[in-house]
Amino acid sequence: MLSDYLPIVLLAGVVAVFAVASLAVSSMLRPSRPTPAKLMPYECGIVPERDPRGERFPVKFYVVAMLFIVFDIETIFLFPWALTFRELGLFGLIEMAVFIGLVFVAYAYVRMKGGLDWNVRGLREGPSPVAEPPPVDRRREVAGAR
Amino acid sequence: MIAQISPPELDFLPVAPELVLAGGGMAIMLAEAALPRVTSRVLLIASLLIVAGAAGITVALWGWDGEPTVLAGMVATDRFAVLIRGVLLAVAAIGAVYGHHQFDRAGERRPEFFPLLLFATTGMTLIAAASDLILTFLALEILSLSLYVLAGFSRRVTASEASMKYFLLGAFSSAFFLYGVALAYGATGTTSIGGIARALSGPSEGLPLAMVAAALLAVGFSFKVAAVPFHMWTPDVYQGAPTAVVGFMSAATKVAAFAALIRVFNVAFLPLSWDWTPIVGVLAAVTMVVGSLLAIAQTDVKRMLAYSSIAHAGFILTGVMAANQEGIASATFYLVAYALMIVGAFGVVLLVSGDERTSLSSYAGLAVRSPLLAALLSLFLLSLAGIPPTAGFMAKVSVFRAAVDAGHTWVVIVAVLASVVAAFFYLRVIVLVYMKEPEEELQPDRSPLPALTVAVPAVATLVLGVFPGLVFGLLETASIFRW
Amino acid sequence: MIRLPLVLFFSAGLFSVGVYGVLARRNAVLVLMSIELMLNAVNVNLVAFSQLLRDTILAGQVFALFVITVAAAEVGIGLAIVILIYRNRETINIDEVNLLKW
Repeated sequence: MLSDYLPIVLLAGVVAVFAVASLAVSSMLRPSRPTPAKLMPYECGIVPERDPRGERFPVKFYVVAMLFIVFDIETIFLFPWALTFRELGLFGLIEMAVFIGLVFVAYAYVRMKGGLDWNVRGLREGPSPVAEPPPVDRRREVAGAR
Repeated sequence: MIAQISPPELDFLPVAPELVLAGGGMAIMLAEAALPRVTSRVLLIASLLIVAGAAGITVALWGWDGEPTVLAGMVATDRFAVLIRGVLLAVAAIGAVYGHHQFDRAGERRPEFFPLLLFATTGMTLIAAASDLILTFLALEILSLSLYVLAGFSRRVTASEASMKYFLLGAFSSAFFLYGVALAYGATGTTSIGGIARALSGPSEGLPLAMVAAALLAVGFSFKVAAVPFHMWTPDVYQGAPTAVVGFMSAATKVAAFAALIRVFNVAFLPLSWDWTPIVGVLAAVTMVVGSLLAIAQTDVKRMLAYSSIAHAGFILTGVMAANQEGIASATFYLVAYALMIVGAFGVVLLVSGDERTSLSSYAGLAVRSPLLAALLSLFLLSLAGIPPTAGFMAKVSVFRAAVDAGHTWVVIVAVLASVVAAFFYLRVIVLVYMKEPEEELQPDRSPLPALTVAVPAVATLVLGVFPGLVFGLLETASIFRW
Repeated sequence: MIRLPLVLFFSAGLFSVGVYGVLARRNAVLVLMSIELMLNAVNVNLVAFSQLLRDTILAGQVFALFVITVAAAEVGIGLAIVILIYRNRETINIDEVNLLKW
């Protein structure tokens, strides 16, 4: 049984040796004359910027996005049910009603907390996890990737 | 190809505690959203009633004599699950009081604390009863996702940082756990814990795959129980998260994760025990030594208790590696004792320092300021150190005996040495509390409710130290898994 | 018919890429994406095993659905935590989030 894995182990060994050796050989053979232009990441000849600026979204978009992800994915449980609808019959119907009821509880909570209010900043009740958002100007108040 | 699927037998009584907890949690969540003026005290009382209801059903489940597993083999009904549930519910009740007190005193309105606590408890009690790896994973995620959020429940920046670290490393470890489950499924063709044991006890082609699966599951569990080398998140999270949350999670997460670990390794992978006991032994030894040694260097009481909790994970693993009924019983007793003393110790920390001023030096001369809190703290520290007549002593003795009986003497020698090292830093704090002059104006909290709450684990620690038979009597039947 | 070892190697590779991403990336969002890769590698495994074993109750495929859902919940919470950190610290580079010692 274990001997079946021998070719894989051999292959892994060859791969490792080849990768290390080719890197080592090329680093020994090549001339090394770095210039700032060479060290720059290649972005089709354009001077690269660190941040993907301009591609930023308001923070409230992320709240909706987060809620969307969760509610969107819940629907995948409906597909297996649809396939076995006839076999499961009333039992499946009741189970799915319970499930959708639970999703509805979450929806009701989000609605009551104002999570879907586009114009209101943050959630309506209670302190936001941060006491006061740090004073940042609107342009930068986004969760941009770095 | 669509399989012939028929509705499973439905018997919801064995999961009634979880249904009560989850349903109650949702009810509190909705009620609080609909009535924004409801006070934290009302929510606390509601939460305690829900936990008490779940506990009542749990006690009734002790006498269950129906099927060993229900709901298509997903949920085990054995007394091990019942006992662990009882411990978790007790810790949850204490944690609810802590949380109410901490946020009330800080003047923060955090009504979401109670539903999240109840959801986390749901996941924990469920993982203790899960007899299918699918349910183990889902319960693990229910408890983890709630705890990630709870860890960030503070205005301090360090809390959000603790939350992020806990989340990233926790999600990372869940992925390892899942990969292990997938390989176990591939090796045996089933995700049922009993089914895996049946498949592995005969001659099986999937043996190498099953060993890899066991290793990956061990990695996933090691993260959750904070065993070295997967412990890095523990000190940061314990230091950064709100003290009330830490008190709850340090006790309850460890109990829940160890309950699942014990069940998975002592049922599903028992046929492979010759292969995994040495590895678990090394894990236990390294965990005890590293945890105890690093704890000495700490200057923050929450970080010190974090390393102490790491070391205790090693001691519990010592019981697990015995891989027999005595080992299970001793590890479970250790879990009960550990939960009591750590939840109590963090309760004292909550009362003495709140979230700020957790440096050890601020504990100098605590005995002058508050003799009661000093005595409670000393009791918990003595118990953590394993000094008689406390529960910690009985726990250590039983775990060591189980490991020696199973022939793992070397681990016990390491464990005894680690205990000696550990005793040093616990006693150092006690010396600080009693012998030193107070350096700064320390204003310990004198509220009666949390002090009474801390007294409960204190009394229990002493009682279990003197009459360990109270729990060992239960463990005679509670350490037998039914599948 | 794709042979099982191929699928297993593919998923192991995917998982390893995810592990590498978690360990090497310093941006919290990219770490999150790497964790997603790891979870999806598991899904590939589960579905492949379910097919290979001709599992009549399709435990593997059902489990994959659960994993997808849990991954979504994880992303939701993860993004919320990342936004919280960004509001507090103006960075999501996990090396700069270092008030607590690692």
